[in-house]
Amino acid sequence: MIHKYIQNGQYIVLDICSGGVHVVDKLTYDLLDYAKPPFEAVCPDDIIAKMDGYDKEEVAECYAELKELYDAKMLFTDDDYAQYAAMAMKAPIKAMCLHVSHDCNLRCKYCFAQTGDFGGDRMLMKPETGKKAMDFLIEHSANRENLEVDFFGGEPLMAWDTVVETVKYARSIEKQHGKNFRFTITTNGMLLDDEKIEYINKEMSNCVLSLDGRKEVNDNIRPTPNGKGSYDIIVPKYQKLVSGRGTKDYYVRGTFTKYNLDFANDVLHINELGFEQLSVEPVVTDPAMPYAITEDDIPTIFAEYDRLEKIMEEQKLAGKRKFNFFHFMIDLNQGPCAVKRLRGCGCGNEYVAVTPDGDIYPCHQFVGIEEWKMGDIFTGKVDQKIKDYFAGIHIYSKEECGNCWARFYCSGGCNANSFIYEGDVKKPHKLSCELQKKRIECAIALAAAEKAE
Amino acid sequence: MKHIKTVNKANLKETAAKGGCGRCQTSCQSACKTSCTVANQKCEALNK
Repeated sequence: MIHKYIQNGQYIVLDICSGGVHVVDKLTYDLLDYAKPPFEAVCPDDIIAKMDGYDKEEVAECYAELKELYDAKMLFTDDDYAQYAAMAMKAPIKAMCLHVSHDCNLRCKYCFAQTGDFGGDRMLMKPETGKKAMDFLIEHSANRENLEVDFFGGEPLMAWDTVVETVKYARSIEKQHGKNFRFTITTNGMLLDDEKIEYINKEMSNCVLSLDGRKEVNDNIRPTPNGKGSYDIIVPKYQKLVSGRGTKDYYVRGTFTKYNLDFANDVLHINELGFEQLSVEPVVTDPAMPYAITEDDIPTIFAEYDRLEKIMEEQKLAGKRKFNFFHFMIDLNQGPCAVKRLRGCGCGNEYVAVTPDGDIYPCHQFVGIEEWKMGDIFTGKVDQKIKDYFAGIHIYSKEECGNCWARFYCSGGCNANSFIYEGDVKKPHKLSCELQKKRIECAIALAAAEKAE
Repeated sequence: MKHIKTVNKANLKETAAKGGCGRCQTSCQSACKTSCTVANQKCEALNK
């Protein structure tokens, strides 16, 4: 299977099953409408006849190049990954979204956590629960060495003592168990102060700082409980944090909605504030919400992704790259292995979420949906039926993914979105698919542009 | 080649046999949390 597209003047051909990325000329691009396996020793006359307007010798020469790639298994390669999908099995739990707070000090209109409480009571995790969660993770991680814990909420800084005590405890026991904890935190920044900034920059391998972009965009949708804006409070704190971050990872992360379909302007604005690692993502929500992105918005969003890709490509080719955009990042040679690409996010299998009272769910977006509760960290028991179910989730268990060109890039998408908006974990959320495919095209084009120079 | 420039190793199949070590980051622990993105994660295997 191949996928071909034109991005910012580049003709790009992807060989889906080898991962091959080919930048071609227009002749090749057009010839691929007709040239398909099995390839003949020389270009058949009927194909040459169909290539109206092109020089016959050039067409034959180009056909020979396609055949050469095909013979080298870099074009039209077979999909023989099903054997690896069959090996998809229960994996140790190695990543945890630790909901230290089901409370929040902002009232973001699009919050999937329903302004922080996930539909339940507002509560903070006790330090002892955080420590117990670390024991649980170690116990269930088998031979996995790298253990990931993301402090999440609600707003995790509201449970700061729990964050600090959990990290301290995990650090005190990681060596004896042969583990390496990687802590990350996702915060709205409201409670950041010098002490917390210093701590985060010391202990957290990555931090995600929420900001939606321009002041009016951010403050409209991310207000405080008394209706005021958050931009002026958080931006200086983020700037201070990032200035002391060194080489550690961070992302300033925004969400765009129907209110700011010109979201590239928000990306550029965040960059102008001095931030270089950026992520601005589409809101995923009930289509009935006024800020929801709907199918009608797709052409506008595609044009905006094109605009952003073009800006980044120009910066890159001029040697003046100013920022990274999370969804356009792709390493064409050293990305994840095919096994990971088959399995996807690993939720409910190697990744779980833990609530303030210790309940376990497949991921942060399943939290509060009672039928998906997998157990609790105090008994340490995990519902094996649910875990087995998620262990068997891969791109070939999703009918619509099996033949999609993007399957090895998106890996089946977000299982929670599929369940919440399509009613079935195995049924991909269509709107998310469309946007994801566009972002993948942009990401590959951006990487290819530099290499094709 | 005159008409085609291949810009990567096209080695996805090779990664299948040795893959699945589990050392790499879970995608939702990076920056997304709402839109699963796997291909932009880094491989951290020791036996590459």
